[in-house]
Amino acid sequence: MSNIRSAFTNGKAFIPFITCGDPDLETTAKAVRAAAENGADLIELGIPFSDPTAEGPVIQGANIRALAGGVTTDKIFDFVKELRRDVKIPMVFMTYANVVFSYDAERFMARCCESGIDGIILPDLPFEEKDEFSAVAKQYGVDLISLIAPTSENRIAMIAKEAEGFIYVVSSLGVTGERTEITTNIGDIVKVIRENTDVPCAVGFGISKPEQAQKMAALSDGAIVGSAIIKLLEKYGKDAPDHIGAYVREMKNAVMK
Amino acid sequence: MSEKKGRFGVHGGQYIPETLMNAIIELEEAYEHYKNDPEFNRELTALLNDYAGRPSLLYRADKMTADLGGAKIYLKREDLNHTGSHKINNVLGQALLAKKMGKTRLIAETGAGQHGVATATAAALMGMECVVFMGEEDTKRQALNVYRMRLLGAEVIPVTTGTATLKDAVSEAMREWTKRISDTHYCLGSVMGPHPFPTIVRDFQAVISRESRAQILEAEGRLPDAVIACVGGGSNAIGSFYHYIPDEGVRLIGCEAAGRGIDTFETAATVNMGRIGIFHGMKSYFCQDEYGQIAPVYSISAGLDYPGVGPEHAHLHDIGRAEYVPVTDDEAVNAFEYLSRTDGIIPAIESAHAVAYAMKLAPTMDKDKIIIITISGRGDKDCAAIARYRGEDINE
Repeated sequence: MSNIRSAFTNGKAFIPFITCGDPDLETTAKAVRAAAENGADLIELGIPFSDPTAEGPVIQGANIRALAGGVTTDKIFDFVKELRRDVKIPMVFMTYANVVFSYDAERFMARCCESGIDGIILPDLPFEEKDEFSAVAKQYGVDLISLIAPTSENRIAMIAKEAEGFIYVVSSLGVTGERTEITTNIGDIVKVIRENTDVPCAVGFGISKPEQAQKMAALSDGAIVGSAIIKLLEKYGKDAPDHIGAYVREMKNAVMK
Repeated sequence: MSEKKGRFGVHGGQYIPETLMNAIIELEEAYEHYKNDPEFNRELTALLNDYAGRPSLLYRADKMTADLGGAKIYLKREDLNHTGSHKINNVLGQALLAKKMGKTRLIAETGAGQHGVATATAAALMGMECVVFMGEEDTKRQALNVYRMRLLGAEVIPVTTGTATLKDAVSEAMREWTKRISDTHYCLGSVMGPHPFPTIVRDFQAVISRESRAQILEAEGRLPDAVIACVGGGSNAIGSFYHYIPDEGVRLIGCEAAGRGIDTFETAATVNMGRIGIFHGMKSYFCQDEYGQIAPVYSISAGLDYPGVGPEHAHLHDIGRAEYVPVTDDEAVNAFEYLSRTDGIIPAIESAHAVAYAMKLAPTMDKDKIIIITISGRGDKDCAAIARYRGEDINE
């Protein structure tokens, strides 16, 4: 069974996203540990990409800062291996197809396996193209996480049936970033997912406040937050980890309500 | 063995967010339906002929031919189209398709501004809303085209992310499309992006070679020996090549923007310098670093300043059917001035890249050989920038 499943055994899951190397890997390490100690159930680690087309301005900024700081895929693998000595919760990468493809997909998945990465989220790899990496991902035990969007409609069943690890339910149209209101009927999407798989599903895109996380987690198996955490890094830089710890605690408490 | 849908050899595909998949499938189905619909084709032909001014001339450039002293040179005059470039061919097709699909709003990316102007024009004509994304750097290089788009009723949004050029305009247009899909068609300007765009844009641009093939047979009684066009994403080139692909005797030559030279970092010569990768919805060649980070490319030409190339070009390169040659800023500027003086035609700086290579090739060929150069657009938009390149400061 996928290690990712363990993230969903402690009530509703809270999943923070952190871009590796923003502003440097030492800060990322502290931020991940702070999140893990304060109740995060799974960590999404971003490998920065020069042109992140699915991201809003906040996470775009994190990508730019991280690359400007000199982080590379190789440095991130070494960093994760080091982090794995004490961080036990599941960790997945979130990046773009070209980062994996250009590294050589087999070499990439082998290093995921060796460094302790449990899965990977690629927002520019839809169901129709997952053959690109699925065989090598499976070979090295890395779950290829599927995304389901508000526009997926007739595609939900097809995607859910082949899903592994967990399903990332995209709450809203558009790119990542905070939203005052989420209008998509998440309950209806989750219902179709449940009819087709027992793989857990978590909702992301636009969630920043405890009430939103609580509401989204109530409709699914967990909530994912990216931009709100990146904003803490943007604001506090190297001092962000303490703030991230406190924020994660507040959000985990909210999803457990 | 059947090839995967939307592939050109290993290139192409649909590497886009799930949010866009149903919109892309809807577009593909609509296109498959309308491309064979007689009424759609009648309407499109009427627009191309009565509004855009097709067929475009195939002009025998006698003075250039005499001066270079080699192959006979013909110019396929896409610069004479309404809005001043080949971009209108694709835009009229896509706007009509979008209208049939019930869309009321067009969004587009633009580099030099020619595609943005064409999209704004079609939107005005068909009563649709229009938003154009343009790199901030390009809004400065091509200020006149920004004004033209606004005059035509479009909203122009300067893109400040990344290198603030064409690549970033494409990224921003894609982001906008994921925000608003139901009433919006993304009118992509080149033979790039996810399937079905490379096929749709190619089919709408193939009118260039359909006409030129008939025109050269009429004028010379035979096919040309070489067809030369500039390549950024590659829409005018694929349109210029398409109907000659089965004719093995016709050399197909795409001219890439080498910027300050392919031995420098300031270049946009993707086929020559790039590696295979996945970006902007497609697998193709891209200028990128060892970790797959997309490179900040450079060319004097805003329209060729793109780090990728359409997947069909990548395939034509792989199988050796087309050649892709680098042309520097300097060579293009010389050609811009040369064609203006020899034949009284000011080509777009993009098209000048094709002229520059023809200037090298023609003298090496016998006088009974024939070259067709596609003049993809007119150069009025570039005059101020070229003057600046030559150290002359003029007001636009």
